[in-house]
Amino acid sequence: MTDETERTTPMASHAPFDLLYSETEEELRSAVRALLADRCDAASVLARAETDRPYDPELWSTLAGGIGAAGLLVPEKLGGQGASHREAAVVLEELGRAVAPAPYLTSAVLATEILLGCDTTSAEVAGLLAQVAAGARVCVPAVPLTLAPGAPLPSGVRDAGGGVLTGSAGPVADAVAADVLLVLADTGLYAVPAAAVTLVRAVPLDLTRPLATVELDGATGTRLGDPATARAAVAGALLSGAGLLASEQLGIAQWCLTETVAHVRARHQFNRPVGSFQALKHRLARLWLDVASARAAARAAADALATGSPDAPLTVAVAQAYCSGVAVRAAEECVQLHGGIGMTWEHPAHLYLKRAKADALALGSAGHHRTLVADFAELPSP
Amino acid sequence: MITSEELLARVRDLLAAHPPGESDRTDFLRARFDAGLAWVHYPEGLGGLGAPRSLQAVVDAELEAAGAPGNDPRRIGIGLGMAAPTILAYGTAEQKHRFLRPLWVGEEVWCQLFSEPGAGSDLAALATRAVREEDSGDWIVDGQKVWTSSAHTARWAILIARTDPALPKHRGITYFLCDMHAPGVEVRPLRQITGEAEFNEVFLTGVRIPDAHRLGAVGQGWEVARTTLMNERVSIGGMRIPREGGMIGPVSAVWRERPELRTHALHQRLLELWVEAEVARLTGERLRQQLAAGQPGPEGSGMKLTFARLNQEISGLEVELLGAEGLLYEDWTMRRPEIVDFTGRDAGYRYLRAKGNSIEGGTSEVLLNIVAERVLGLPAEPRDDKDTAWKDLAR
Repeated sequence: MTDETERTTPMASHAPFDLLYSETEEELRSAVRALLADRCDAASVLARAETDRPYDPELWSTLAGGIGAAGLLVPEKLGGQGASHREAAVVLEELGRAVAPAPYLTSAVLATEILLGCDTTSAEVAGLLAQVAAGARVCVPAVPLTLAPGAPLPSGVRDAGGGVLTGSAGPVADAVAADVLLVLADTGLYAVPAAAVTLVRAVPLDLTRPLATVELDGATGTRLGDPATARAAVAGALLSGAGLLASEQLGIAQWCLTETVAHVRARHQFNRPVGSFQALKHRLARLWLDVASARAAARAAADALATGSPDAPLTVAVAQAYCSGVAVRAAEECVQLHGGIGMTWEHPAHLYLKRAKADALALGSAGHHRTLVADFAELPSP
Repeated sequence: MITSEELLARVRDLLAAHPPGESDRTDFLRARFDAGLAWVHYPEGLGGLGAPRSLQAVVDAELEAAGAPGNDPRRIGIGLGMAAPTILAYGTAEQKHRFLRPLWVGEEVWCQLFSEPGAGSDLAALATRAVREEDSGDWIVDGQKVWTSSAHTARWAILIARTDPALPKHRGITYFLCDMHAPGVEVRPLRQITGEAEFNEVFLTGVRIPDAHRLGAVGQGWEVARTTLMNERVSIGGMRIPREGGMIGPVSAVWRERPELRTHALHQRLLELWVEAEVARLTGERLRQQLAAGQPGPEGSGMKLTFARLNQEISGLEVELLGAEGLLYEDWTMRRPEIVDFTGRDAGYRYLRAKGNSIEGGTSEVLLNIVAERVLGLPAEPRDDKDTAWKDLAR
């Protein structure tokens, strides 16, 4: 599944994906949604967004440990829930819907997948994985948020010998929330305690996902894998991350659509609800169609990853090439169709717009994923 | 409830009594209808057994494996998809027994006399008049219908006509079954931008319809027609397609086979459309999974919108990709295709034919209103035509 050289022929007919939500997935959704409604309403997200730490530690401990969402991708024998990408996708939909600041994509998906791609029989890997799966520690890969599947891996960190690491990486998402960083160096993959590095914080476009450059000046790490293992593990994690990001984008788009429909039904101008004007109805009907399509694309990617389908690289690229644009369009329509209130700091629409726009760059732009589609579907460039 | 084993036993009995190699096609199809194996979800005595619709696939597979003749559903699509469910829902016992068997067997082709030059999206504004003759009780019909597929091969038509101009437009309509061989029915081919004539104009002049061929009550025609139209939308949006099925297949093949035609600008557009076509395919697949799980979603209302837009954009791209060849057109000869295949001819044909995809079976603009109102719950635009007598409406 994670082999970068694997190709699917475009006409190959694999078993159809399961594109629906199971009862278990709906129960998980309800639990996450209830938690977010309780602890992550728009006003509190906004209030925290301007502080140094937008995260709510209690929210994370309940989500990650209480509900068990941090360990969904991890087999039970390694301390996780033994679920799959399908369930993790549902969690990300809800986090997107609430534009929640939580290091889920970085720790519970990307770092977790990297650790699962290493030798899980080694004590160092298994020990860290169990803590991450339990939500006891937040572990974040020290790679740029824009790093995409299929793109060259960064080489900004050198091992001076014995795992003493020097160099930098960034912009790294959620580094400020991390207890441990996973650092890709020339001699392999290392776990480095957050206390051993310097974080240079950036001012992010998306206030709900903080960014920082990770600087290592002779920090000592624990080696988790050799260079080949490390590169394969990171490549696999990027594929999973990109596929599941589509579900976060779906959640953002769904919130924007629902909120905008509610607004145009209630808002009156010219003695009628503005939602009765055909110009607005057609825009929202098209947006609904886009969101319904994004749901199919995101579900397909989650199912392809969960089942280890040979179709996964193509399906993930299709989902990312499609869902990035839908989330941005939904957020832009949300701002526009709210009129003046949509431009204010007070209304949460801007949080969704900023997250949607940042997500369109995260883990590869739509354009990057289209070039992957060209490759997988054998539609070569001129 | 009948089981699939019992159905298979019936299929074997049918095949034993009418061995496919030795039986006349029509005789076989009639026998299949009489055995309740035509459409198993229809009632007994009307070609079915009151079985779950999902069991039809069991019957079809078994008959196909035995080499049994089929009823060529593409040739009789209007009858199967629109006339039959409406007759089943509103017909008298006599009408059901008279019409459904020859319809299903294909002995009698059906067409649909709904749209008019003055009543397209606003179908309920139709002006074709049906006046009751006092002595005979027959209806005398005068008017003009348009965009009628199969009118030139049809024996029967489903027809809606105005029976009371003094009532508001939705209430003064009555639904009829019209004999296309009756005096006063004139069918003329309607040539399209492709050069072909898939459709017809139908002129009705003093056409006599017996009251026994009225479907539903006088004035109930709009309600009856909605049953027909709901079945039309189901049949337009519901086809399963493989990856690269539909319009994206031919253009992708040209791209792979003709490297000399490739440009960077066309590459970007091709990839965008390839992704959208694949997502549309997945969306259709998700809709089918919802239906199979008994949780029908509203996505069906949207699929036709998506396919209309994609067909137009993809076929337009294909004409451009072909360069100088895109200047050419296969053949403008006026033809009357019996079966329409949107992707069957050259790129120029596909481009022109696809223009109809956002018009036929509900324009994209009307479908967007339907999605906005029925799925999103947005309010309707204010209207002043619903409670006005039809005769007083602007035309």
